[in-house]
Amino acid sequence: MSTPLTRAPDAAPAMAPASADRDVRTMTYLQAITDALREEMRRDDRVLVLGEDVGAFGGAFKATEGLFREFGADRVQDTPIAEAAIIGTSVGAALAGLRPVCEVQFADFVATGFDQLVNVAGKMHWRTGLAVPMVLRLPSGGGFAGGPFHSQNPEAWFMHAPGLKVVAPSTPADAKGMLSTAIRDHNPVCFLEHKHLYRRIKGEVPVGEHLEPFTAKVVRRGEDLTIVAYGAMVHLAAEAASRFEDGRVEVLDLRSLVPLDEDAILASVRRTGKVLVVDEANETCAAGAQVAALVADRAFSDLDGPVRRLAAPDVPIPFSPGLEQAVLPTTDRIAEAARELLDY
Amino acid sequence: MLVEDPHRTTRERPVGHPTLTRADREALLGFMVGMRTFEERGVALYKQGRTPGSFYDGHGQEAIPVGAAFAMGPDDVICSPLIRDLGAHLVRGTDLTEIIRHHLGRDNRLSRGREGNVHFGDPAKGIVAMVSMLPDMFVVAVGMAMAFRLRGERRVALTFFGDGATSPGAWHEAMNFAGLRKEPVVIVCENNGLAYSTPTSAQFAVSPADRAAAYGMPGVVVDGNDVEAMFAATHAARERALRGDGPTLIEARTMRMHGHGSHDDARYVDPAVLDAWRERDPIATYAARLQGDGVDVDALRAAVLDRLDAAVDAALATPLPDPASATDGLFATEEPGPLGRGDAPWSGFAGPGDAGGPGRPAGAGDAGTGR
Ligand SMILES: Cc1ncc(C[n+]2csc(CCOP(=O)(O)OP(=O)(O)O)c2C)c(N)n1
Ligand SMILES: [Mg+2]
Repeated sequence: MSTPLTRAPDAAPAMAPASADRDVRTMTYLQAITDALREEMRRDDRVLVLGEDVGAFGGAFKATEGLFREFGADRVQDTPIAEAAIIGTSVGAALAGLRPVCEVQFADFVATGFDQLVNVAGKMHWRTGLAVPMVLRLPSGGGFAGGPFHSQNPEAWFMHAPGLKVVAPSTPADAKGMLSTAIRDHNPVCFLEHKHLYRRIKGEVPVGEHLEPFTAKVVRRGEDLTIVAYGAMVHLAAEAASRFEDGRVEVLDLRSLVPLDEDAILASVRRTGKVLVVDEANETCAAGAQVAALVADRAFSDLDGPVRRLAAPDVPIPFSPGLEQAVLPTTDRIAEAARELLDY
Repeated sequence: MLVEDPHRTTRERPVGHPTLTRADREALLGFMVGMRTFEERGVALYKQGRTPGSFYDGHGQEAIPVGAAFAMGPDDVICSPLIRDLGAHLVRGTDLTEIIRHHLGRDNRLSRGREGNVHFGDPAKGIVAMVSMLPDMFVVAVGMAMAFRLRGERRVALTFFGDGATSPGAWHEAMNFAGLRKEPVVIVCENNGLAYSTPTSAQFAVSPADRAAAYGMPGVVVDGNDVEAMFAATHAARERALRGDGPTLIEARTMRMHGHGSHDDARYVDPAVLDAWRERDPIATYAARLQGDGVDVDALRAAVLDRLDAAVDAALATPLPDPASATDGLFATEEPGPLGRGDAPWSGFAGPGDAGGPGRPAGAGDAGTGR
């Protein structure tokens, strides 16, 4: 049962964040991703999913479960193991008017298709004026003994390549809303979905069409210190913040790394005067380094303390759980750094 | 020695020659002369220091892009012409003045000065610009073809690359995808004996055409210096793709007659080999044949030159791009529209029945230099 892949939706509705009276359902982060794919595929016949084992099997993490049955083999395509071809043919399909969503089985494997992403997709619009509307779904992150090839947080690779949008939601509602927005975007979007959140994090997700903008969001209010985080680290940061008195520590969830919501970062830091930036990624040139540089450059006179960073040291992510925990930022370490800054 | 491939060649021959009228033949010659004349001027402009960066030409290979592109209908796409393929642009109708502006780094519609040398396409003519990394655009062409197949459209993607591009892993991935899914892609491999200074004998053990079978598609060896043979082979490959039978790899055998680019004196090439190939120059041999049929080749050359002179003058009078424009347009902000239709000058497209629709009637007057 294949669909013609020709019908574009009539008109895009205005970006409407979930309002209190909307229908919501509680679901996991992973279910929210599937929900977004299903909604967008129902809405727009040009959307197709492709990747390794995404068809009848439903994907290595089951993110595409049920889609093959509903949309058929043309729109939910199993591919050979060939990341350059998955990404490269998606670029071609996008140029020819489709809206491909590629699943890279683990974000780490994107390295084998990197050239198509950074040299072909990323530079296309600036060079030629041709749009490449495609999404790369990248299951990323550590915390479950995945070892050096199944645990990376490669977002900084993409941030450094002009022409790619990079987003990393932390909640089920944002996962659905931002994936839907990514599919409707006219550019290549790297969508980093944190594997450790897949089944552990549940939340209320609006039913039906749901869009979230590529902006940051304050997830916890505070007056004395801002913790800036994204992806899985948002949950650790919120837990660390809860160890202090209510109203002291603010947590800003970046949600989008490109574009980076500079206004939201500066507004929060100017109010609190102190900032701790947390990355699960390796420290050097990480997203957090960009945030730190921004704050130092544009909010220096509002600061009451040094800009502090917490990130993974510059080593691959080790396999053995004790070793892995030794390199990944933990709630304790975040709380400790927050305490030092508050006392500064 | 540099060009004689020691390996078996595929014996599958293109079936017959689809009809070419005398006007078609004049057009084929005109496009080839246009490419050569343009590139000779391009080398001169480069050596005069008017062209920033680098310049590449396809001297001696004109029959390949011209013959292949001539077999394309208006809705087909080219993804992408590479460094020896200016003739494909001329056939499809990319504006000549814009091309020269692009080479000179002047403000232009094709690249706005952001790109140089052969890195340009013309979306309005269904042509996607190449990237340097070989053979990335082959992979992209397979994806475009996939979209055509999924939507049930009667159109193909034509891709070009050299012998050197058949070694990277991306080539294997694209061949495998194309063969596996029977994508309507027409694959033209220009085997000119060299990848920069490296002869094919140092590149692969099995010729590209012979490798095609391993991916489930025919590999056809064609005399790359014979424009009508190129046209016929590409026409057959297109027909096959439109029937749903999948891709064909056409290995066009030729010789790179100049250096890799204008900066390269190619002293690593045996002059005796070049002398032998010069005898088989695709333009000289075809011109002699058409002259025998009564075509006024001199008038054709003069017309091409006039158009080129006018285009160069217009390009040289064009300002450089505004420096402030360098950072705009990184992201698309609007729903993209479809690619435009290319010129399809072959008379075979003028009739009913093909995906065609009206192609531009090709005559010596405007052939060869685009519009
Ligand atoms: C992946 C990659 N590596 C290196 C280069 C640099 N390079 C540009 S052209 C070229 C030679 C290409 O040879 P071939 O494909 O045979 O094309 P030809 O120049 O003979 O037309 C090389 C090595 C490149 N473009 N892409
Ligand atoms: Mg070559």
